[in-house]
Parts: sequence; C-alpha cells; structure tokens
Amino acid sequence: MIGFILRRLLQALPTLLAVVTVSFFLIRLAPGGPFDLERPLSPAALAQLRRTYGLDQPLGLQYVHYLAALARGDFGPSFSFRDLGVAELIARGLSVSVTLGGLALILAMGLGIGLGMGAALKPGGVLDRAVGFGAGLGLAVPTFVVAPLLQIVFGLGLSWLPLGGWEGGAPSHLVLPVLTLALPQAAILARLTRASLRETFHLPHIRTQRAMGLPGHRITRHALRAALLPVVAILGSTAAALLTGSVVVETLFGLPGLGRSFVDAALNRDYTLVMGTVILVAVFVVILNLVADVLCAFLDPRLRLGR
Amino acid sequence: MTAPDPHRRHCLIGLAAAGLVRPALAAPADLYRRGNDADPGTLDPHRASTVAEARILRDLYEGLLTDDNEGRVIPGVAEVWTVSEDGLTYTFTLRATARWSNGDPVVADDFVFALSRLLDPATGAKYAEMLYPVRGARAVNRGEAAPDTLAVTASSPRTLVIVLTQPTPYFLELLTHFVALPVHPATVRRWGDAFTRSENLVSNGAYRLRDTVPNDRIVLDRNPHFHAAASVAIPRVAFLPTPDLATAVRRYAGGEIDSLADLPGDQMAFLRQRFGDQVVLGPALGLYALVFDLRRPPFDDVRVRRALSLVIDREFLAERLWGGTMQPAYSLCPPGLDNYRAPPELEGRHALPIDREDEARALLAAAGYGPGGKSLTVGYRFNTGDNNRNTAVAIAEMWRGLGVATRFTYTDAKTHFAYLRDGRPFDVARLSWVADYADPQNFLFLLQGENDTLNPGHYANSAYDALMRNAAAESDLAHRADLLFRAETLALADLPWIPILHTRSKALVSPRLEGYRPNLRNVAPTRFLKLRA
Repeated sequence: MIGFILRRLLQALPTLLAVVTVSFFLIRLAPGGPFDLERPLSPAALAQLRRTYGLDQPLGLQYVHYLAALARGDFGPSFSFRDLGVAELIARGLSVSVTLGGLALILAMGLGIGLGMGAALKPGGVLDRAVGFGAGLGLAVPTFVVAPLLQIVFGLGLSWLPLGGWEGGAPSHLVLPVLTLALPQAAILARLTRASLRETFHLPHIRTQRAMGLPGHRITRHALRAALLPVVAILGSTAAALLTGSVVVETLFGLPGLGRSFVDAALNRDYTLVMGTVILVAVFVVILNLVADVLCAFLDPRLRLGR
Repeated sequence: MTAPDPHRRHCLIGLAAAGLVRPALAAPADLYRRGNDADPGTLDPHRASTVAEARILRDLYEGLLTDDNEGRVIPGVAEVWTVSEDGLTYTFTLRATARWSNGDPVVADDFVFALSRLLDPATGAKYAEMLYPVRGARAVNRGEAAPDTLAVTASSPRTLVIVLTQPTPYFLELLTHFVALPVHPATVRRWGDAFTRSENLVSNGAYRLRDTVPNDRIVLDRNPHFHAAASVAIPRVAFLPTPDLATAVRRYAGGEIDSLADLPGDQMAFLRQRFGDQVVLGPALGLYALVFDLRRPPFDDVRVRRALSLVIDREFLAERLWGGTMQPAYSLCPPGLDNYRAPPELEGRHALPIDREDEARALLAAAGYGPGGKSLTVGYRFNTGDNNRNTAVAIAEMWRGLGVATRFTYTDAKTHFAYLRDGRPFDVARLSWVADYADPQNFLFLLQGENDTLNPGHYANSAYDALMRNAAAESDLAHRADLLFRAETLALADLPWIPILHTRSKALVSPRLEGYRPNLRNVAPTRFLKLRA
C-alpha cells in the first residue's frame, strides 16, 4: 500500500508541472495586466512597476524565475495586496475555507449518506419520498438563492444568526455558510447512496445472504460496504471542491476564504496569487483523489492495487 | 429506520438555539463597523490607488492639511501657512503637538522624507504625478534628478517650505490627498515594505492600526498621541469590505454594518422604501462619458458626434436606470467645483426632444448618413458591471431612433482599460473619471493633446491646449476660471467626449451614526463622527 501511495505521488509531479505551466501562460494571455486601472498610470510609473515585479523580462525568463522560486517554496509577492505575500494570503484564506469546507463535508456526508440509506431501506416510504424531493430541491436550487433565503429567514426574520462576516470563525458565523455549502453536496450523496444501495441489494451475494436467512442488519452492513464504493469515489473531488473554497458562498457571507480571493485575483490579474491558488487546488485534488482511492481499496479488496 | 420523531427534531432546534446560535446582539457601543467597497491593496499611502484605501488612510494618517466631515480643507499637521506673493512658495508651520502613534513628534523632515519617497521612482508610486506641481518633482520621478533636488525643505523641525513650478490654486487641497501623507521614517527604514503590517505600522492620524485580516476587516483604534485625540469620539473602527452590495445591504439591515459607502444602483426604489432617510445621496466628483476614437471616420466628423450626443436622454438614464444615483451631465465638469463658476452647457439642452432629434437627423444627413445616404453602425465598448450594460442598451435604443445601429463589445474592466490604454482602435467607449481634487483643471486636463495616457480618443486641439496652458500659468483666480470656462466651452462644441452622467455619492447611514454629511469630495473622516448609545 505504501509503495502504491508513493508511486501515485510521484506520478502526480508531472501533472502538477503541467498545471503550473499551462496556468502560468494562460493567465498572462488574458488581456490587460495587474496595473491596468480605470485611471491609467503614467508610462513612467507603469514601467517602474513592471520592473519591480520582473514583468519587463521575456516571458520565458519569467517562467524560469517563477519555477526556480517555487522550487525554493517562494510563491512571490502578490500584485494586488502589496502588504502581504502570496503564501501568507493563501494560508489565511485556506484556514477559512478548510474550516468551512471541512464542516460542510462532515455535514454533507452525515446527512447525505444517512438519509440515502434510510431512503434505500424502505423504497417508496415516507422518508424515501421526502429524500427524493429534498435532494431534487437541493440540487435544483442554486447556492446564490439558498444563501440569501437563509440570511433572510435566520438572520433578518428570526434574528438567530449573523448574516455574514468571519469574526475569527465564531461558531454562530459558521452555521449558515456551512449549511449553504453542505446542502447541494448532501443532495448528491443522498441520491447516490440510495441508488447504489438499492442496486447492491440485488447483487448475487446479498441475495444469497438473504436466502441463507441472515438478519437484516447484517445484510445491510455487507451491502453498505459495497454500496459506498461509488460514494467514496466521488468524495475525493467533492472534498477538494469544498475545502478549496466557494466563491459564491464566501462572497454572499462576506468570508475571507480562498474561493473569493482566487476569483478576485483572476479579475485583478494578480498573476502570482492566481498561480499559488491553482497550485494549491491541484495539490488538493491529487491528494484527496489518492485518499479516495485508498479508501476504495480498503472497502473493495479487488481494488487493492500494488499488492 | 423510520422518519425522525418530530419531538426530537424540536429538541435539536432548541439545542441549536441555546448553544450554538446566539441571539442578535445589540450593536457594540465602542465599535463603528464601516462598510468599504473593497479591501485595501496596501496601507502604504505612497503606493495606494483606490477610494477604499483612501478612506482608511484618511483615518490612519494626517497630512499637512486634512478634510473635515463637510469636505472642507482644514489645517492638519500644519497649524498655519503663508504663500508668497507669486503663489509659488508655501511655508508651513507644524503643530508643536503633532505626534506619531509611538509618541515621536511629527517634524518637517518627516514630510521631506515622505515626499522624496513618493517621487523616488524606486517606490513605484502609482499617483506620484499628482505632486508634479512641486518644483523638481517631475525630474525626480522620472529618474532624471536625485531625490534631494526636490524643492521641499525643512528649515527647522517645525517649518516646512515647498516651492512650486507654477501657481496652483488647488495645491492646498492636493496636500490632503493620500499621496501627500507622511510616513514614519524610522519604521520605513527598519521594516522596508513590511512597515504597513499591523505589528509595525506607526501612523500620525486620529487612529492607529490594530489588526488586518485580508478580505475580512481592518481594525483601527484611537491614537492616544493624536493632537486632537480628546475630540475623537469613536474608540474603534472596523473597515469591512463589501464586494457584494446586495449582501452588504442585508447585513446592514441585520444591524451588522453601521454604514455602507456604496449602494446597488438598481435597487434604489426598494432601498428608499425600506430605509427612508438612511439612504443618503450627495454630490461627487465623477464623470460618466462616452469617448470617440477621433482617428476613425466617421467619428472624426463633429456632426456625427453631435448628432449621437443630442438624442441621448440623460434624464431617463439618471432617473430610471440609475435610480437617481447619477445626475444628467451637460458639461464635463460637475457643478460645485472650487475655483470655477457654473460650467458651460451642451447646446440643445433645453430644446424639446423632438427638435433635438430633428437636428440630429439633419446633422447626420449633412455628414452623409441616414435616408438616401450611408447607414451608420457604431461599435460601443464598455466594461461589465456598474449598470453599464443597461446604460449601453438604452443609449443604443436612443440611437436606433436615428437609424443608427449599435454593436456592443463588453469585457471585464482590466481588458477594457488595457485596450484603451494601448491605443487600440474603437468607435465609442465608456469611460469614467473620478477627480482627485475639486478643481476644473482635474477634469479638463484629460483632453489636452499632450496627455496621451488619459485621452484614448486622441483629441488634439491647439486652441484648447493653449487655453489650458495659459490657465495653468495664471495666478489670478477669476481670470483662470475664465480661461478654463472657454476651454470647456470649446470641448463641448467639439465633443471628443460625450458627457452622459455625473456621479453622486450614495450611502446607507445608520441612525446611530452622527455627523455624516454628504459633500462634493465624498469624505467622512471617522474622527468627526459619533456613535449614539
């Protein structure tokens, strides 16, 4: 297993290099630069700024310098936040996004898998229909509608919860954004769990167990192990998406997370901040997919590669 | 598994309400939660460039002169000053009580240091050219002269002398701008670029920096060493970025923000109905215009430009599209500027719409367009957001009445402004300008032939340039106003830019906040505000 993990990590290196290279040149292809303001700078000021940030050098050289700095762990200065480095900006944003995303992931898994199981056990029952309806709703209603609705009901109407702000991650400030983030993911997981579990109940080995008269809860336990495979397989990308921040949720609740900072950086042509965030997201995707694969292998002996 | 027991569910909600969820708290009595459009990119006054940064810097630092909450220029670090007969030499006497937030006295050398730093090309100051009226500034900033050649000298710790190249009636107002703020030399020398971090920053304004959380808040608290600290009523102020205005309005309604510095222009009717006189509109120093690329026919023909301008219903745009948050513009300069009179007006302002349309048709026909002539298609470039799309569509509809077709090109802001800056070709493009000081020069210089960065349409009129040059050299204010008025009249006849709207400041101000007064320069220093208990 350790050999498998190491091999996968090594394989990820060229992927990451490709991501770095493509995004380095793509963001520079976008028209305009970090110093194009509504009020144009004087040519002298512009030239000076470009020199300060090394943007006056040939693109290939900039790329080599960037890679060299990256190898030293230096993500460079931010173009739009002069007072902070990219590494610090990302670290701050990441702590917010991971808190939100982590809680949302736990909530989505608990809700989604739990409700999906409940629905699968009694198809056509009240819970099944409720879950089917709720999951449909959760998928169909976009985040930018859910968030204001929650704000209006729990913030303005009932005055139970704050409408936004981070406040150092105070629990009351987390409830609504975590809920908004978790609901659509919970809907996906619920539908997937339900469908997968229903399917598993018809598999030969479960039918055999039923024929042999095993108690229901033991059959369910066996079935669940197989049924969770597709769920775990998508958890990797779900987790990566949740943990690296959501621009909509962060903007609507005024949270200083990674998603918002990424979009702002792209719009501001903050090359280094875009690059830093892209690299971070790529690393997350690689690692979380690896974790998902390891979990799958754990659940399904047939998938234990490298043995 | 069965459906959850409803009683249990109630228990869960009850638990959540008791433990996790806190009831809406009363607003903190000692903290002003101030909405600010965007997060600052820097708290270094010499590298700043945005209105959002200016708002924070105004609380952190104090210049030789400063603003009050009515937008008046008042003494800051300088207690008194004299101006020489020729209007070129300014001698400032600094307050004996001016102190940095670490207790150091603010001395004249601090300003010499700051202004040299601003103009030193190595600093990379975006708006260094604001201080080009100072003798030697241009050469220093272009790297042609050493910083010590700048005509800013400390003749004693409390006496600062600044010499200008030509009389500049708005010079005192310039000194309130963030480019002219002092920085603490020892801190800058010690920490370099990191001097703006909350653990390092030393400032000389009414407030000092407590905490910075990017994209979340900047917290300042009262500077006990400030010379007027006793009159500063609000102990702490938190600047909260509000990139999404709809969310900001909800947070304001929920009592989480005490004031917003901007409002969603398309929701004004709702806001007025919901918040009444908490919606505060005021004058501002902004122009929303369309600029023609004069290098390209047929837009080099003044008849075409005039025709397109005549049929634009500015009242409709201002009232219906912008909800009264803009004013119809018939001049380049907004009304109410210093050192000026009521600006000249576009011809045909008071004519009936039908007569204006007839005249426009006649002008187009004379230029060879319309029935029997060529058909005219205008490419209209704008940047997304800001109600720009609605405005573009409405203007295209007005032009359609003349038989003019419009083709839109819209891009994000960076692309739009980079396109214009690079001098690439266009027909007509949206442009806006927010002045830095309330003087007509700060609007009219945009059209000067030598101003190639801010004049994307390439307007060049030697008569206009001569008027502007003469105005710049003129020390008699009335005569100067006259020259500027003639220049603006010329520009309105030539119409290289069509003025469309003048911006207004728009704010939501909580009843618990006292002292907020809308003003032309759109300033509200926290030191002049109060929080009601």
